[in-house]
Amino acid sequence: MKLDTSGFETSMPTIGFGSSNDMLDGFSTVPSFDLPRTTDFDGFQKEAVQMVKPAKGTTTLAFIFKEGVMVAADSRASMGGYISSQSVKKIIEINPYMLGTMAGGAADCQFWHRNLGIKCRLHELANKRRISVSGASKLLANMLYSYRGMGLSVGTMIAGWDETGPGLYYVDNEGGRLKGDRFSVGSGSPYAYGVLDSGYKFDMSVEEASELARRSIYHATFRDGASGGVASVYHVGPNGWKKLSGDDVGELHYHYYPVPPSTAEQVMEEAAAE
Amino acid sequence: MTKQHANWSPYDNNGGTCVAIAGSDYCVIAADTRMSTGYSILTRDYSKIHKLADKAVLSSSGFQADVKALQKVLKSRHLVYQHQHNKQMSCPAMAQLLSNTLYFKRFFPYYAFNVLGGLDEQGKGCVFTYDAVGSYEKVGYSAQGSGSTLIMPFLDNQLKSPSPLLLPAQDAITPLSEPEAVDLVKTVFASATERDIYTGDKLEIMILKADGIRTEVMELRKD
Repeated sequence: MKLDTSGFETSMPTIGFGSSNDMLDGFSTVPSFDLPRTTDFDGFQKEAVQMVKPAKGTTTLAFIFKEGVMVAADSRASMGGYISSQSVKKIIEINPYMLGTMAGGAADCQFWHRNLGIKCRLHELANKRRISVSGASKLLANMLYSYRGMGLSVGTMIAGWDETGPGLYYVDNEGGRLKGDRFSVGSGSPYAYGVLDSGYKFDMSVEEASELARRSIYHATFRDGASGGVASVYHVGPNGWKKLSGDDVGELHYHYYPVPPSTAEQVMEEAAAE
Repeated sequence: MTKQHANWSPYDNNGGTCVAIAGSDYCVIAADTRMSTGYSILTRDYSKIHKLADKAVLSSSGFQADVKALQKVLKSRHLVYQHQHNKQMSCPAMAQLLSNTLYFKRFFPYYAFNVLGGLDEQGKGCVFTYDAVGSYEKVGYSAQGSGSTLIMPFLDNQLKSPSPLLLPAQDAITPLSEPEAVDLVKTVFASATERDIYTGDKLEIMILKADGIRTEVMELRKD
């Protein structure tokens, strides 16, 4: 299995000093992933993954509609039962007209999206034109396929606007790549799908679509313990992406379901007004 | 015959806790100095804080042998950077370098839980918090290590600032002054020492400001 190590090529030139230059050894040769020498690679990976316990549990969604692509995600990262962060950026800005969402292992998603951004930029420089969403998602899917079975955990959506219009692809760590116009990924996705599917119309305005996306994330965070924090909503149009909103889901709850003042409070308000 | 499982693990956990708090023009990085293995204490005097660049200081808990190896890699990469660019690495640049270095060993991870603290290009304090394989995030404060679950909720209570994801954006820097931040750090470690067996002995605090680094040491419970 030929592993794709292009992500590790450094810009440093190879230096032909021979083995006397200890400091640069290891940097000038073509780098590759350090692999443990064990008889049971899979078992070791299983243990290593258990020890590292990558952040899991999330809700991300994206859909195509008349005005482009709407992308939304929560911001909670959990390690087992511990919330390691409430402010993780799960929508990654690959370039000014393409977004990626993060679900699964936080480090895996961050690293491979950063790597994808580099590859997209190199494509632009080599071909004098922007890469298509189809091309970018294929680059990512191929990279992940070459590490299939090694324990990477990536469930991502690549959303963007290219010459053919809005594009949305789902890519995962198995190397699977699906084109579609509505996806939700993560432990909270069933809840998000419920709200998203029932409210979806192709002919929505940007405001309606962003409200639908926000509401879907909110409902997922309400019912799924592994999702929470801030619901971010992005829109990808012909001129690139723009962040539309970032709302704390705790506050969104009271925005959607305000608590009516109880009788005692009403009486006190009236008494104070007199 | 049942499958033989490895009786030897390449990893060990040496315990300890690291905390960092970012301020408007300073950064406080602190760690205890106890190094343990299992129920034994190996030494009471081990520094978990390492200066990587003028404006970037790393504090790591976990397996100290991996931490030492990680530090060596970062130090040498920084030296090469200085030779190539004729300047020190900025804290955000070091943060990404650390992330890539950790991910480089994705399939045989460094068992190190890191907090990187320093000053960014504008001179404001910044703290980056990591998991063992390199996912990182810029935050206003963080705790990692055996006492982190005891300390983080208290720091959230005292320092929680609006999330950087909110729109319109709000600043993630704590409103504390430097003496208040140092005092807070001493308080949290004193409490963590009470309830975490791997935290204690001494507390080492490094305060980074534009004019230099200052170190303070405080005694903690030794039991």
